Amino acid sequence: MPLLRLILARLVQALPVLLGVSLVTFVLMAASPGDPVRLLVGDRATPEIIAVIRERYGLDEPILTRYLVYLKNLLQGDMGASLRYRVPVTELIASHYPVTLFLVLYTIVLSLPPVVALAVVSARNQGGLADQAIRLLGVLGLAVPVFWLALLLSRFFGVTLKWFPVSGFGDTPLEHLHHLFLPALSTAIWVVPILVRNLRAALLDEMGRDYVTTGLSKGLGRRAVFRAHVFPNSLLPTVNLFGIIVAYLLGGSVIVESVYAVPGMGKLMVESILARDYYVVQGATLVFALTTILVMLATDLIAARLDPRVSA
Amino acid sequence: MRRAPALLVAGIAIVAAWGLVALAAPFLATHDPIAINFEALLQPPGDANYFGTDNTGRDVFSRVVYGTRYALYIGLLGVLAPMAIGMTIGLVAGYFGGWVDALAMRLVDVAVPFPFFVLVLAIVAVLGPGIENYFIALALVGWIGYARLARAEALVLRQSEFVLAARTMGFSHPYILARHVLPNALSPVVVYMMTDITLVILFGAALGFLGMGAPPPTPEWGIMIAEGSFYISTAWWIAFFPGLAMVMIGVGFALIGDGLARWLRLRA
Repeated sequence: MPLLRLILARLVQALPVLLGVSLVTFVLMAASPGDPVRLLVGDRATPEIIAVIRERYGLDEPILTRYLVYLKNLLQGDMGASLRYRVPVTELIASHYPVTLFLVLYTIVLSLPPVVALAVVSARNQGGLADQAIRLLGVLGLAVPVFWLALLLSRFFGVTLKWFPVSGFGDTPLEHLHHLFLPALSTAIWVVPILVRNLRAALLDEMGRDYVTTGLSKGLGRRAVFRAHVFPNSLLPTVNLFGIIVAYLLGGSVIVESVYAVPGMGKLMVESILARDYYVVQGATLVFALTTILVMLATDLIAARLDPRVSA
Repeated sequence: MRRAPALLVAGIAIVAAWGLVALAAPFLATHDPIAINFEALLQPPGDANYFGTDNTGRDVFSRVVYGTRYALYIGLLGVLAPMAIGMTIGLVAGYFGGWVDALAMRLVDVAVPFPFFVLVLAIVAVLGPGIENYFIALALVGWIGYARLARAEALVLRQSEFVLAARTMGFSHPYILARHVLPNALSPVVVYMMTDITLVILFGAALGFLGMGAPPPTPEWGIMIAEGSFYISTAWWIAFFPGLAMVMIGVGFALIGDGLARWLRLRA
């Protein structure tokens, strides 16, 4: 039963954060210049129509009431309408969200093997040549502009070698994998150094523990101690990092999707900003934050399962 | 004091070299960075134009050289407000604890779920494009990392003997914060700042790339890469060189951060 209680406790803890996140997106919208209704209905709308919409979104009310109306609409799944496409924002998000989700998961799958390999090599040769080289690669990864790298990759693998398509998403899952390989690779190059640094630190931390000495003194080999004890124990801090990493990947998707013309949330957001399609910008920002909150909740629960010491 | 590690020195040298490039831009540049020349469109790199020319005949080398000024301006100025705000909030929260701390941490909790770049974009969308608005967006959301670091330091320092001694001697809280807590909390913040400069330069260029930064024809690297992206298969040099410059300047700051972190750890 403690798991259910933990889930409930975490959900209750997440409430203020959810409220705060909704407040931030509300303020973003309230601070935008121009009358959203004018933008929404265009210049030829009759005063009656405008009045109806103002009423629906409570735009003539005091700001606090407007926030409550916004919350109420949100709870009913109403995020307003796109000024550009004349469809509900939720509809646009529903069609773009899976693409970004696919990209984020793809990036994580691509990142994990190199992260584990590089971190383990780095930690087992602390201060050695391999460690230094991996550290320099990390510095390089931090400094490379992801949109520039994406451009070069698409030019080389897409245009010159023609191995991968340079844009789009494809129609079948297999095509998705093919189309999104370069975008996922570009984003992976960006996050791998961060994850390597954290896993390496965790590994070194665990390698200095007493149980390692115990294992070695009772005759276990270094390799066995490392596999059976050090590595599993080092995973927890990295799991905890996942919420932040997903936020990072979502932020990266905004840039990478624009370069590769991937029809995901990031591209939707950038295009909506350039077109001053404020309700879509607001909705997308909110959905990005909600995704991160959900992933953080999930990692919390996984951490609690992995380590009984973590509790509500 | 231990000798500074080689990588730290290398980082400082790289950043100093780019600083010189920015200062000496008028002497280094071979052409006017915004002068259009229809007689030399899309020229490949050569003797007349070291890095070639772009689709309006502007000299890429001169534009990269002048772009250094924007990159350093964005990077160095962009981190100031987040650092000042973050350190103030973090130190006050960590030092006093209680409801001040609780309030500050709730604020941080709310900001954490937003992908940093998404929030910056959304704020720039509201305020309008431009580097000044990028700075405002950074001030609004960039302080969080600094606040967390400063708070963690202050939590430890408030229990330290010299702070307790200063309290018993009757010094005021603001005085102790400024003279004893702040200087001792500075090192991790400076380390973080170096990485942050790299990121602020990158995100600033990304804004330029997406058309929400400085207006064209500013010789800004992000804009140059965006312009070059249309010609990437025929004239790769337009986008390639500004990106390369950005990698080098970013590596410089990242090496300083990495080297400082190690040096401080070794000394401790």
